[in-house]
Amino acid sequence: MQTVKMVITGPFASGKTEFIRSISEIEVVSTERDIKTPAEQVKDQTTVAMDFGRITVDDDLVLYLFGTPGQRRFDFMWEILAEGMLGFVVMVDSSKPETFREAKSILETFRAYAPTPYVVAANKQDHPDAWSPEDLRIALRIEEGVKLLPCVAREKESVKNVLLELLYSILEEMES
Amino acid sequence: MALKGNLRNFSTTQLLNLINLAQKSGALTIYEGIPTGEMDALGEPKYSPGKDRASVFFRGGKLVHAAMGEQDGNLASVLHKSGKLNDRQATVIRERAANTGDKALALLLIQANYVTQADIVTSVRQHTLDIVYDLLTWDNGPFLFDDSKTPPEDRITVPIELENVIIEGSRRMKELERLNEELPNLDLALKFPEDPGDKFKGIQLSVEEWRVVSFVNPKNSIRQIAKANNMNDLEIRRIVYGLLQAGLVELIKPPGMDDKARQAMGARRRKEAPQIKKTVVNKLIDRIRTL
Repeated sequence: MQTVKMVITGPFASGKTEFIRSISEIEVVSTERDIKTPAEQVKDQTTVAMDFGRITVDDDLVLYLFGTPGQRRFDFMWEILAEGMLGFVVMVDSSKPETFREAKSILETFRAYAPTPYVVAANKQDHPDAWSPEDLRIALRIEEGVKLLPCVAREKESVKNVLLELLYSILEEMES
Repeated sequence: MALKGNLRNFSTTQLLNLINLAQKSGALTIYEGIPTGEMDALGEPKYSPGKDRASVFFRGGKLVHAAMGEQDGNLASVLHKSGKLNDRQATVIRERAANTGDKALALLLIQANYVTQADIVTSVRQHTLDIVYDLLTWDNGPFLFDDSKTPPEDRITVPIELENVIIEGSRRMKELERLNEELPNLDLALKFPEDPGDKFKGIQLSVEEWRVVSFVNPKNSIRQIAKANNMNDLEIRRIVYGLLQAGLVELIKPPGMDDKARQAMGARRRKEAPQIKKTVVNKLIDRIRTL
């Protein structure tokens, strides 16, 4: 059986776990623990090692989705997770400009790990404080050729769209 | 769509750059911050908007008007500040024209030969710039960009290109740590944008900035440009940051940089993409479509 993987990365609380949970056919295997520091208390739990979701294509092919730990002190895991990835998604919480710098830094780190296609998901677009994808592109200095997609991670159709756009980018790169 | 946040995380210079590039119209308001007692995603105290500290208005990406909190920004005060009206004239005009809008007052003053139209334009322009330069140094406070707001009807607006404002803003920006964060890698090179448009038209660069611009070439790393111009890391960062924010140059990897980076990264070298066939990707696409 062939397995392929994609990595879902982004700053703390950007919606990575929810993204995988929305589309995975299995209950997401999540290694979460209670939040201890005040900085992390915007949600109850955070991913320590990784989230892990699965989409079975057929008897011979399975896609795994790996979510990276949101906190920087676990970044030693990132390179391991990046090994052999088909592509990656950078999740950005569009309503939290204080995390944009971190998102850009994570994006650059993953770009350095592997020359694979990637897309940026402007998550939480249903939030009243969300910055538009167009403004995010400028704020994060994302090049025109890179897809920056509106996203609501708890909506399956939105997640499907992000993954499909990433796959289209992978196809385009294969054909170029 | 909302464009709100805190200057602590997204500086005034970055906001001006965004407004310039997206050619936005509306008002950027910066507020006094009232602590909410909550923490943001970075563990910093959260602030809700209090009283207006400053409002800056834009039309089509150009700066057109600015007002500082409760400061009196009427035309008489602006002309007084710029020295076009003396103390006595300013007092008399304020008294007699208390209910006259700036535009009507401007016509009266020109007809009475107190000032010329050029005096008014120059003074209003400088007043607007003074406010914006002042708030460029602010590093904290909630902000909101409202694209439905326009300048007060009676105010005189003077369109000002933001590129020069941004350049000057970065000159004044003393956040050295932030400069390091914004431009951590001096081994990158600079190139001019593919479509510079009118960006260089009428641009006012300092001698140092022109010296850097003269070396812009994808083959020259920023570090090499600094060395050629006898500049330290901070000086080159400050200049390159300003040029980048104004959209006059773009970052690019110089030839061979990836090879050097790979050598430098050692064990952390870039991994090759997995060899996957197109049929596999097409199967994944078909599967996800059916989910």
